[in-house]
Amino acid sequence: MIPANSKGYSQGEQFNSELQQRYRSATLWQSVFLSALIIAIIALMALMYNVADGAFGFVAYEYNNQPSEFTTTPINELTKPELLEILKLNLSSGAYNKLNNEKAMESRSYSELMNLFMERLIKIDTKAVYSLTDSLLNKAEITKEVKEKYPNAILEFKSWLTPQFLISPMSSRAEFAGVRTAILGSLWLVAIAILFALPVGIGAAIYLEEYAPKNRISSMIRTNINNLAGVPSIVYGMLGLALFVRWLEPFTSGALFGVMDSNGRTVLSAGLTMGILSLPLIIINSQEAIKAVPDSLRQAAYGVGASRWQVIWYHVLPNALPGILTGSILALSRALGETAPLIVVGASTFISIDPSSPFSKFTALPIQIYQWTTRAQSEFHAIAAAAIIALLVLLLTLNATAILLRNKLQRKWL
Amino acid sequence: MLENPIQSKVIGKTQFRKFNLRKKFRLGESIIQVSLLLTGFLSIVITFLIVFELGKEALLFFQDPDVTFVKFFGTTKWQPGIGQYGIWALVSATLTTSLIAMLISLPLGLAAAIYLSEYASSKTRSFFKPVLEILAGIPTVVYGYFALLFVTPILKNIFGESISVYNMLSAGLVMGIMILPLISSMSEDAMSSVPRSLREAAYALGATRLEATTQVVLPAALSGIGAAFIIGISRAVGETMIVAVAAGAGPNFTFNPLQAAETMTGHIARISGGDLSYNSIDYNSLFAIALMLFLITLGLNLFSQQVVSKFRERYE
Repeated sequence: MIPANSKGYSQGEQFNSELQQRYRSATLWQSVFLSALIIAIIALMALMYNVADGAFGFVAYEYNNQPSEFTTTPINELTKPELLEILKLNLSSGAYNKLNNEKAMESRSYSELMNLFMERLIKIDTKAVYSLTDSLLNKAEITKEVKEKYPNAILEFKSWLTPQFLISPMSSRAEFAGVRTAILGSLWLVAIAILFALPVGIGAAIYLEEYAPKNRISSMIRTNINNLAGVPSIVYGMLGLALFVRWLEPFTSGALFGVMDSNGRTVLSAGLTMGILSLPLIIINSQEAIKAVPDSLRQAAYGVGASRWQVIWYHVLPNALPGILTGSILALSRALGETAPLIVVGASTFISIDPSSPFSKFTALPIQIYQWTTRAQSEFHAIAAAAIIALLVLLLTLNATAILLRNKLQRKWL
Repeated sequence: MLENPIQSKVIGKTQFRKFNLRKKFRLGESIIQVSLLLTGFLSIVITFLIVFELGKEALLFFQDPDVTFVKFFGTTKWQPGIGQYGIWALVSATLTTSLIAMLISLPLGLAAAIYLSEYASSKTRSFFKPVLEILAGIPTVVYGYFALLFVTPILKNIFGESISVYNMLSAGLVMGIMILPLISSMSEDAMSSVPRSLREAAYALGATRLEATTQVVLPAALSGIGAAFIIGISRAVGETMIVAVAAGAGPNFTFNPLQAAETMTGHIARISGGDLSYNSIDYNSLFAIALMLFLITLGLNLFSQQVVSKFRERYE
């Protein structure tokens, strides 16, 4: 008789206990795998918490000049005409005219005037900034600390993200700084990137999917696009610096078009850099969308005598459009968050004039976040957090639009 | 009675019009085709421009009599202004932060991919996938904020005085979190392309799910996972904003993650952010660094494509 375990397989009690052990290690590892995902969720939540924690909370500030020096009415009872009067009387005429030239004083809103009053005349001096968690949990201690350290300070719960923050231009003081210039700059960048990258990207995708013969050139282009997608964004920044900022300076600075007071570090240079940067992703995404159009559709169109371009224009593109749009929006939302190439191409670090032409100097939302994060004072960290919320909301809206668009327009092929 | 169509046509009596079946030349079509070819070709032009522009300025840098290859690759101090050109001062920080990032993102990303591909029901998948996608979509400057103002204070509590405010550990850890979604989604793709029949064969032989995963699915998907790993390294090497914000300013030859040091990318960002005069040695040196970055990442990307095409298991 041949022994049953001649090949070393365990039997009976031994088998059962080994089986138990195998089951145990299976369950153990399953929870290990799951924990990786939980760590990812915790990281995401920590990041969100960190941003929210910074963007709201108590702030203690002092008045450098007392309001009573300017008016007898309490601050929160001031009316707009009174504010106008106070500003006119107390600001130097040069400063007043400068402000008036930027935007007529009469046409400014109450809150804008109030901000000017606080910024220029009262001169608020922020002494301490507290995080949201601290503000909620240790209110008593904060009140005590502020009373001891800064007896004259006013303690106030503040949301750094306000409508005022979104529409004010830059300021050297965190309390009055806003992201208006940065948001406009970002929009300009994306618009220029779209104008450049979308036609070129879709064209390349059409060529690769519909025309390209199977030869070495086509496969070279394909490999090349995949490689371009993996090039670090800062290298694109260097390309933009050498190509657009320096080499094409007469064009990008607008000197060819009669703009004189500018160098190559314009919104046009940066927008084109962004366009080149997002090109590979747009091509790859559009290729996917075109690939998804079933071949039977093309055959049918050829069958009734359509030419190649007619097939593409009337049948392939309309059906691939939702996918192309979705992919392009995703690629551009990635470009919207890019910071490094903009730093290299030369975003202005401090600028309070809205970009008005492709040849303007510019700043962008991620640039401001970077600038403010690297400042030492905690009030700048607070506005960095507020700007991050603005950026994330912008990105979320874009991505949600892309997904909605896809769900609404996409056709299912059976 | 049905008429037979073949019989009804008497060949020889029917007149066939002579029809030219050769392709007709259409000008519009050709113009469109050529311009589409040009747009496709533009990507090659861009690559060429990157190599050319970076190479041109880098060449100027290396032509400087003060700069030698021995100095560039053989010394450890980087300060082009005073004649110190040791690239290792920057490379050491790039290596350290990338290594930390990979130590975080590879195991976590792989584990997440295994769970999503082998264990998760479609319901749990639809919960976890968006989380990873959101992580992947967050701009890197936001990760920089997170590293500096959340992770660094925590590390400060753990390590006390021995860790500096700007340090490579914090930047590396957060970079790991940033790369995690990339690794997990690429590995998951690789694993889900392993045919179901392989898993079922393993189950039929009595394997537990873990055994089927580690002994059948993972070996079969190894090429894809390897590619994900290599792409992850290339992302870590090229990442700029996290290290620019959190790892510190100033080249520093050290592999100690608790210290501040500047990576190649961080150095480019800091120097080019200031007012830089063209044709200075500082300006040219940045292009030498960027060219090196480009070549490293290009090499890694090509290598990952090689890994996929050479070692991929094919199934009918």
